[in-house]
Amino acid sequence: MTDPVNVIDSAARGLSYARRVRRGSVGAALTPYLYILPAVLIVGVVIVYPLVTIFQESTQTLSTGTSQYVGTANYDLVRTDPVFWQAVRDNATLLLAVPILVVLSLLFAVLLFERVRGWRIYRTLIFLPYIMAITVIGTVFGLLYEFDGPLNVALRGLHLNWLALDWLGNANLAIPSVMSVIIWRELGFGTILFLARLMSVREELFEAARLDGANWWQVQWHITVPQLRTVIEFFIIEIINMMSGVFNYIYVMTSGGPGFASQVLEFYIWQNAFAFRQGGIAAAAVLLLGVTVVFIFLQFRVRRGGAVADE
Amino acid sequence: MPVPGRRSVRRRAISPGSVLKQIALWLICSVALIPLYFLIVTSLKSKTEYLLNMWGLPLRPTLENFSTAMADGRLIAWTWNSTVVTFLSVAVCTVVSALAAYAFAQMQFRGRDVLLNIFIAMIVIPPVIMIIPLFILMVNINLVNTYWSAIVIYAGLMIPFSIYLLTNFFRTVPREIIDSGQIDGCSRLRIFTALILPLSLPALVTLVIVNALFVWNELLIALTFLQDDSVRTLMAGLTEFKGRFFLNQPLIMTGALIATVPMIIVYVAGQRYFVRGLVAGAVK
Repeated sequence: MTDPVNVIDSAARGLSYARRVRRGSVGAALTPYLYILPAVLIVGVVIVYPLVTIFQESTQTLSTGTSQYVGTANYDLVRTDPVFWQAVRDNATLLLAVPILVVLSLLFAVLLFERVRGWRIYRTLIFLPYIMAITVIGTVFGLLYEFDGPLNVALRGLHLNWLALDWLGNANLAIPSVMSVIIWRELGFGTILFLARLMSVREELFEAARLDGANWWQVQWHITVPQLRTVIEFFIIEIINMMSGVFNYIYVMTSGGPGFASQVLEFYIWQNAFAFRQGGIAAAAVLLLGVTVVFIFLQFRVRRGGAVADE
Repeated sequence: MPVPGRRSVRRRAISPGSVLKQIALWLICSVALIPLYFLIVTSLKSKTEYLLNMWGLPLRPTLENFSTAMADGRLIAWTWNSTVVTFLSVAVCTVVSALAAYAFAQMQFRGRDVLLNIFIAMIVIPPVIMIIPLFILMVNINLVNTYWSAIVIYAGLMIPFSIYLLTNFFRTVPREIIDSGQIDGCSRLRIFTALILPLSLPALVTLVIVNALFVWNELLIALTFLQDDSVRTLMAGLTEFKGRFFLNQPLIMTGALIATVPMIIVYVAGQRYFVRGLVAGAVK
């Protein structure tokens, strides 16, 4: 057969021959760098360059045209801004979603794994929210949570008037309401993830535990959780990563409100830089970077721990 | 993936425990479905009917919302913009990351581990930190309000995770396969395209899905760099649509529903790859 693939094949072989002749020269030593060059260039522009310049910008006024060195004035502005600290608190509060998600996902993954009747249908339905775009979800829940919206109409219909709260308009409830939407969406992903891992665990492990007289909870605690450790860690890192993208939910559902009650750092920085056009907010970005560095260390620790567990 | 006939759990079908499990699953599935039900039925109601009948099926179903929402063709244009930006940024990211991951996983060179660790560290840096310098940069080179600003930024943001995932996967390709390729006289590039890439198809599918979902959903970069209506993405467009018709809830739901259709099509068409791919990368 003289199909095109063969032609390319022999052409490639000819090429590689030429390359082998050159091997040992400077060219061969440079080859690995050529493979990573495009990635380094793009990341250099999109991540490294901004990270370097953000420090410089954080010490300047960014008013139109001329920028002036102002020392730590921007940092003082951010440090003394109560909204900044509100944003820090709200970010921290949202992290509560992580343990909730892990526990709920584990629970439903185990239930599905036990082949409850109709588990395949349940599996498909639980996953559905995850395929919805976050902006769409935020829009839908924004309506559902309106004070005179469907949720409260239903609650009042059930004579639960005391529960019909102003979900997004109450300063104390806005962040928990947003968190509930995040959990609603991510639960499907966690469940499917854990279920897939469970299915690759050897059945004998469960059988042995049951024969030894372990009850349901003991089986989960001593077999399921340890077996799923690496996947759980992966999921936690994924969720924390996603939490830094929580801008979407906030922008669509609360716009940071009521007042400044539901800020997250991402929204705070964006709003000050682009909506309020307040210069010097780069300082806040630098502070956020400081927090991120802590996460980077955590991430490396988890990865190293995971690698040890695999061996 | 499930191995049929391996389980012996079926026998406890009617115990009280299984009733509890049914209730728990039934509850969580209802919670998952109710907002979707609300989205669909509300889009078929008029504003008046919505106010009187928020939860019920539409008594006088109308498609008027759909014709209003589609009238100016902007939803279609935004969908096209999202498609272009998603496709190109994911393509650039996948090619560039696969090449780099190949070098990290299979080649020896000075500074390799340090470079790889730097890439991995970048995974968790929130995009908002970069956004101010990037915006100034893009203004200076006149790329704001062009697809290219968003495509380059998205690609750059996705590359660290992509390299991490692919490097891990490429490392699992058995040494003998690569050696046999070398004995057959394959070049490095040929070993990559003919041996490693096909073997890593599950990881590549996962990556494309995860990345495409990220770009499709992303709002922060889209709002900042694609402000002009001619380049606006679907998700940014939806927020604008929502702001414009904020008094007409059924119309907003119709816009949200239309914005969901492309995802549903992709999901239904590739359901198997979608779920399997999403999970495969993590479970290995």
